[in-house]
Amino acid sequence: MKLELRNITKRFGTLVANDKISLTLAPGEILSLLGENGAGKSTLMNVLYGLLQPDEGQILLDDKAVKFSGPGEAMASGIGMVHQHFMLIPVFTVAENVVLGNEPTGKVGNLDLEAARKLVKEISDRFGFDIDPDARVQDLPVGAQQRVEIIKSLARDAKILVLDEPTAVLTPQETDELMDIMRGLSKNGTSIIFITHKLREVQKVADRIIVIRQGKVVSEASPKATAGELASLMVGREVDLDTKKKAAKLGAETLVVKNLTVLDDRNQQMVDGISFSVNDGEILAIAGVQGNGQTELAEAILGLRKIHSGSITVAGKDLTKSNVRQVLEAGVGYIPEDRKKDGLVGEFTIAENLMLDGSFGKPFAKGVQIDFAKRDEIASKLIQEFDIRTPSAGTFAKQLSGGNQQKVVVAREMSRDLRVLIASQPTRGVDVGSIEFIHEQIVAARDAGKTVVIISTELDEVLALADRIAVMYRGRIVGIVDAKTTREKLGKMMAGIAA
Amino acid sequence: MKNVEVTPGMFSSATVRPSLKTPITLVVASLVVLVFFGFLGKAGDISFVWSDKREALQLPPFIVNSMFFCTIVGAVLLMIGLLSVALSIRGTRTPVWLIAIYSLGAMMALLGWLATEATQGVQMIFILSNTLVLAIPLIFGGMAGIMSERVGVVNIAIEGQLLTGAFVSAIVGSMTKNLYVGLIAAMIAAALLSTVLASLAIKYLVEQIIIGVLLNVLVIGVTNFLYSAWVDDDSINLNFPGTFEKLPIPLLSEIPVLGQVLFNNRITVYLMFILVPLLWYVLFRTKLGLRARAVGEHPLAADTVGINVAKTRFWWVTIGGAVAGLGGAALTIGNVGSFGREMSAGLGFIALAVVILGRWQPIYVTLGALLFGFTIILKVWANQVSPGIPVDFITMVPYLVTLLAVAGFAGRVKPPAASGQPYVKG
Repeated sequence: MKLELRNITKRFGTLVANDKISLTLAPGEILSLLGENGAGKSTLMNVLYGLLQPDEGQILLDDKAVKFSGPGEAMASGIGMVHQHFMLIPVFTVAENVVLGNEPTGKVGNLDLEAARKLVKEISDRFGFDIDPDARVQDLPVGAQQRVEIIKSLARDAKILVLDEPTAVLTPQETDELMDIMRGLSKNGTSIIFITHKLREVQKVADRIIVIRQGKVVSEASPKATAGELASLMVGREVDLDTKKKAAKLGAETLVVKNLTVLDDRNQQMVDGISFSVNDGEILAIAGVQGNGQTELAEAILGLRKIHSGSITVAGKDLTKSNVRQVLEAGVGYIPEDRKKDGLVGEFTIAENLMLDGSFGKPFAKGVQIDFAKRDEIASKLIQEFDIRTPSAGTFAKQLSGGNQQKVVVAREMSRDLRVLIASQPTRGVDVGSIEFIHEQIVAARDAGKTVVIISTELDEVLALADRIAVMYRGRIVGIVDAKTTREKLGKMMAGIAA
Repeated sequence: MKNVEVTPGMFSSATVRPSLKTPITLVVASLVVLVFFGFLGKAGDISFVWSDKREALQLPPFIVNSMFFCTIVGAVLLMIGLLSVALSIRGTRTPVWLIAIYSLGAMMALLGWLATEATQGVQMIFILSNTLVLAIPLIFGGMAGIMSERVGVVNIAIEGQLLTGAFVSAIVGSMTKNLYVGLIAAMIAAALLSTVLASLAIKYLVEQIIIGVLLNVLVIGVTNFLYSAWVDDDSINLNFPGTFEKLPIPLLSEIPVLGQVLFNNRITVYLMFILVPLLWYVLFRTKLGLRARAVGEHPLAADTVGINVAKTRFWWVTIGGAVAGLGGAALTIGNVGSFGREMSAGLGFIALAVVILGRWQPIYVTLGALLFGFTIILKVWANQVSPGIPVDFITMVPYLVTLLAVAGFAGRVKPPAASGQPYVKG
């Protein structure tokens, strides 16, 4: 099926998310939509999928104008979408998820699960997916869940498949498998729109690339373009893809984690007896696919999560049973992985967010009262120092862009007298300019002799920053390797294969 | 290269010993039975009566010495308790069926002890059939709760819907002299009340708990007002509907004990027999149910496959309201025969608790409701057979059993993930 989008415009209040975007997609083509976080890619696809209504513009399928008032109509027209956050119901089986909304039924209107199983099996075999129709989705690894999403679209005869940031949750190997699947689908005549901000993947699989910046199509590029060229098109200026850093000067061993085990609410060992230590002046990167226990590890160090067994010490001080405040006072700074949930209070101003960690004493409080003058003075200083782009210190945090919100968190955590910095996904959902800035800050902290742990699922970030790399898989550390380890090897470790 | 070994499943599970709370409670309760009902118990005889006088086939009563019976039962219970302790120490939970057997034994000992030397004995048919009748409003209320929570709406207004059903069925039944019209009117009225909850919660995103509480208060106010300003002055014509005839089912009602308890009832009870399995079937075996559960678990996902979230929620909550209305009618024209002020008396809230106890499953919720029905009749009956006994103390016992049951079930099933959360389209 041929798809054409003509002058699609979508506004949210004063923000123009999509500004007269036009594109075409030929049958069997793999088109890549490349753009930074917040460039408007997902909005465009939600318009195509009927989840959002365009303010202006047209969608044409085989040269006929169509209008979708909901995803049901888009699907009926042959458009399928695999969302960045999977649209699967965890407690349902694969078969139930696949047929939901389009159920085969028996004589008395009962659900024909046998037919559903056969359908899953058939599609799964045709593309070599290896999915058990009776498995509960919540028990499947993310890579398999994604294949369930693809089966779901194929079961509805999707001729056009939209994949929204599909590789964010995959290991490098799973990513390669996904690319093979995409090529196989396109050979069968399915057109694919592949949304991503990762240059390497685009170069590998796309037939054609469209670059979107600030809601506009800025250019069309060939997959033969270099990563540097694509990056500057995406960002709109020359980008230096390498972070410069000097050789590490190792100091004393400061953060020591020994046989740490942390449980979740179902008594699963999310952190499963791991040990490591980090020195002053060193960056240890904890790599791994999302959901392998990294979050729980960070929260355990911070005192946010109960430790089942094992110990954590910072500079010889045992913090195993300490609460968060004691951990902070021991000199630990923490950049949480989800700034909106754990890093900021959206309804507070920037100045208020910058004092969240110090509200119980000097310099922010005088007796029981907040020292407002001091607060604002510190806020303006940090806004300057950390290049937070905001109209004023009194602006609400939720009004800032992702990159600037993250800088607020970074500013607050790094302005304390730190011994150890734990940064979890420090640049997730952040624009390239802010990524560069935050990376520089992290390297500067290490050069100033702090102990730094970054937790990241992006191999690019890990390789850019790390002095040593620990790979986590299902709650355990597969291995700790030096920063020169190849991507291939790290990829294997991320899938649990030790060197 | 070697693979990192990981036990099946994503992460390996830690061996955390199950809590000793349940086993210890079991042991303590069995000691109470053994010592107070057994060793220090009453000397007379207990007679367990299994047949109604009217029945054709009479079963002989089971007569046994009270101390002997309670000692034996207490000893068995103590063994189950110790077994449970042993299981816990070895890292296994006490199975639910074992707790069920234990509960039954404890109940029999309690009933027997209460009725020792009472001339009428332990009238099993009386107790069981009243348990069933009294549980009916709770069961219908519980089904209404399941229907709305399964699609993601918390329905605190079940209490109000029961009261509405009770009021409307009594008044309409009296005025039309036709109880079936009263029954249908009760369903419609309660469904209408539900549409208020549904539309405020779904369309206008008002906090569901607040609407529920306000609706309950409103219904109490309105029924009280109408009752004193209008109904009470002419209660012969307005509030004297009587009850449905009992409809014994041929053959089935002849079965000893069970026939009298289950198959010689009013239409409201039979409707329950139909509704509970039907709801189970629709929820778990049809596409309607699959879609409803999808909406309650992950509304956005349901939306992306073309399911209309708002519509699904609206209809399930509304029809749930009609079911609760049926429960209200069961209170008046299905049991008492007239309306009284605030006669739902918190049953709607108990129904909500039963929904959780029964893990949002129609069959389990029904069993939970029966347990509460039993507590109500126990209170009445204990006072008759054993005057002077502190009745409030006795009625505590079934709740203790409930607690045990909850402990046995606890932590195994989660509520529908999107329960209580409004769904706003992006």
